[in-house]
Amino acid sequence: MLGYAVRRLLGAIPTLFLIITFAFFLMRVAPGGPFDRERTLEAKVLENLNRVFHLDRPVWEQYLYYLGNLARGDLGPSFIYRDFSVQQLLGNGLPVSIQLGATALLLALVIGCLLGTIAALRQNSWIDYSVIATATFGITVPNFVVAPLLSLIFGVWFSLLPAGGWNSPQSMILPVITLALPQVAIIARLIRGSTIEALRSDHVRTARAYGLPTRMIVVVHALRAACLPVVSYLGPAAAALLTGSVVVETIFGLPGIGRYFVQGALNRDYTLVMGTVIIIAVFVVIFNLIVDLLYAALDPRVRYD
Amino acid sequence: MLKALIRPLLAGAMLVSVAGAASAITYVRGNDGDPETLDQHKTSLVAEAHLMRDLYEGLVVYDAKAKIIPGVAESWTVSDDGTIYTFKLREDAKWSNGDPVVAEDFVFSLQRIMTPETGAKYANILYPIKNAEAINKGEMQPEELGVKAVDDKTLEITLAQATPYFLELLTHQTGLPVNPGAVKEHGTDFVKPENLVTNGAYKLVSFTPGDKIVMEKNENFHDAANVQIDRIEYIPFEDRATCVRRFEAGEVMSCSDLPTEQIKSMKERLGDQVRISPYLGTYYYALNTEKDDLKDPKVRTALSMVIDRQFLGDEIWAGAMLPAYSLVPPGIGNYEGGGAMYDWADTSLLDREDKAIELMKEAGYGPDKPLKLEISYNNSENHKNTATAIADMWKAIGVDVQFNVRDLSAHYANLRDTSDYEVARAGWIGDYSDPQNFLFLLESDNKGFNYAKYKNPEYDALMDKAAAENDLVKRAETLREAEAVFVRDTPYIPLLFYSSLSLVSPKLKGWEDNIQNVHGTRYMSISE
Repeated sequence: MLGYAVRRLLGAIPTLFLIITFAFFLMRVAPGGPFDRERTLEAKVLENLNRVFHLDRPVWEQYLYYLGNLARGDLGPSFIYRDFSVQQLLGNGLPVSIQLGATALLLALVIGCLLGTIAALRQNSWIDYSVIATATFGITVPNFVVAPLLSLIFGVWFSLLPAGGWNSPQSMILPVITLALPQVAIIARLIRGSTIEALRSDHVRTARAYGLPTRMIVVVHALRAACLPVVSYLGPAAAALLTGSVVVETIFGLPGIGRYFVQGALNRDYTLVMGTVIIIAVFVVIFNLIVDLLYAALDPRVRYD
Repeated sequence: MLKALIRPLLAGAMLVSVAGAASAITYVRGNDGDPETLDQHKTSLVAEAHLMRDLYEGLVVYDAKAKIIPGVAESWTVSDDGTIYTFKLREDAKWSNGDPVVAEDFVFSLQRIMTPETGAKYANILYPIKNAEAINKGEMQPEELGVKAVDDKTLEITLAQATPYFLELLTHQTGLPVNPGAVKEHGTDFVKPENLVTNGAYKLVSFTPGDKIVMEKNENFHDAANVQIDRIEYIPFEDRATCVRRFEAGEVMSCSDLPTEQIKSMKERLGDQVRISPYLGTYYYALNTEKDDLKDPKVRTALSMVIDRQFLGDEIWAGAMLPAYSLVPPGIGNYEGGGAMYDWADTSLLDREDKAIELMKEAGYGPDKPLKLEISYNNSENHKNTATAIADMWKAIGVDVQFNVRDLSAHYANLRDTSDYEVARAGWIGDYSDPQNFLFLLESDNKGFNYAKYKNPEYDALMDKAAAENDLVKRAETLREAEAVFVRDTPYIPLLFYSSLSLVSPKLKGWEDNIQNVHGTRYMSISE
């Protein structure tokens, strides 16, 4: 198992390398550069800036320079936020994104599993239908509608919670709900479907035949199998949640890293975009690995050696 | 890399943000966004100008109504030919570390901004100073700049030629001093909160990107006795609507910009907390005069004539913009008697349409030979609606319009690097209150901003004449003649004048609307 994990991590290095290369050149293909704004710069000023940031060199040279720095663990200076390095920006923002994402994930897992299981056990009852209806609503209403609505209702109208900002633990509540809502919906639907399937499977029928109590059958035998699709969904979903959401961060005014990805691309902040891409890629690799390892733990048919 | 990322991550996880000290009078102030830098010499954004105004004091400063008043300089004299400014610095001017502010600090700062290695985006604002341009272009040494410390409290600035708006220039953040000691000791890190030494009403406490910038009153400031707000939290808002919600929830006391689509409903809800005030800016379409179809001034005039600016301002921009019939915004300084504008501004739209069709016919365009044009603009809901409306208005005189939409960076890169556009959206916000700051856009040697590629010796000659004129009234007259040439030739179609849009809480006293949209916190107070 350990050997497998190590092999997988080593195998991720070429993948990351390809992603970095692709992202680097894709950014450079976009027309315009970090210093093209409403205000055109004096030719000499622009030349000075380009020299400071090595933009006066050929692109392949810049690429090698970037890789060289990266190998030494340096993500470079931000082209736009000149008082910060990319490390500092991401280092400031990542804890915020992770706090929000992890809380939302946990909340979504607990509520989603609970709702999904109840719906499966009461299949085709009113409980089942209302869970499915809520889930469909949760998936279809986009977060750029939910976020301002929550902020308006709880922040402005009822003054129960902060309308935005990052000042106290309460600041987390509305963003976390916004992030968790679609996840709850998806998880509930997945759990419902797989639980129904598991309840009809041979090993559950056998367990019933042995006369085990229903509660035991559901919790020990059915749920364990029902978790599998959720686990494989959670890999990429967790990576996405923990690396921040541009919409939620912008609407609630939170200092996470989700915004850097989009803003960085619009501003042509090359190094910041690269840094964000690397973080997201690393998270995806790690979470996919965790998923595979969890599979082995949950499903006795899966073995790695 | 991972270690570098994990360390702050752990620190951040343990440190669940602590709310600010409660007892001090705190002003939570909405800003347009994060600054790109707190190094005044590298700044270029309005959001940065607001921060700089609270952190630093220049030789002269704006008061609450944007009138120039003494800053670090308590008085000054100008030589008869207008080229030598001698500033007497106030005795009690101090840095936040207690050191006195001396003339040598300004010499160091002005040399620093002109040094090419600094990479100052706005160095050209101070090009009127003798040798400044040559130094910034690497042709001369920084020591050759026309700035001299006669003694600790006397500063002499020599200009290349008389510049009647020079004091206006000094109010810009490029004219603010840096603390030489801090810069020498910390290099580019002098902007970090633990290193920054300021000479304004406030000093920096912390800067968390995307979250807030915190400042506290600088007790060493010479006018500290009159500064009533103890602490400022500047909140960056990428999304204007977020600021409005937080304002209504009582979490921020002012917003520096508003979502135009909400202005009507906000006025109903919030009444005169919504501040819409004329601003020093023009929204225009540049016509590429090198394109065959746009060479003829008749065509350009016809295109300008049929645009219903009232509709654009009232409907598309919800009253946040005012109709523009000339380039220079009204209310600008040094423009005795006001500018020139289209003589058809008050004519009814139907009559203008008839006249425009006539002009188009004279230029050789008609139903059998329609004019085809492409409008380039940078992606935004309001720019899109404006372009769509204008295309519709142009249809009335038989012009066929296509659109070319890019994001901001690509749009301006295209304007700068290619001649590959016909009609292009752009805007200009004045850096100082003087008509020259708008009219210079169309000088033939202004490669950066003359998107129209307009070349007219008559116009250039008038601009040169104005530059050499010391008498402000005569100078205004010459500039007005230049603007009349602009109006006649229409290389740009002036569309709208910008307004500054703000939300101001009734608890916040001392916020005065002004054309520069400058609001130093030192003039404000908070009442319960």
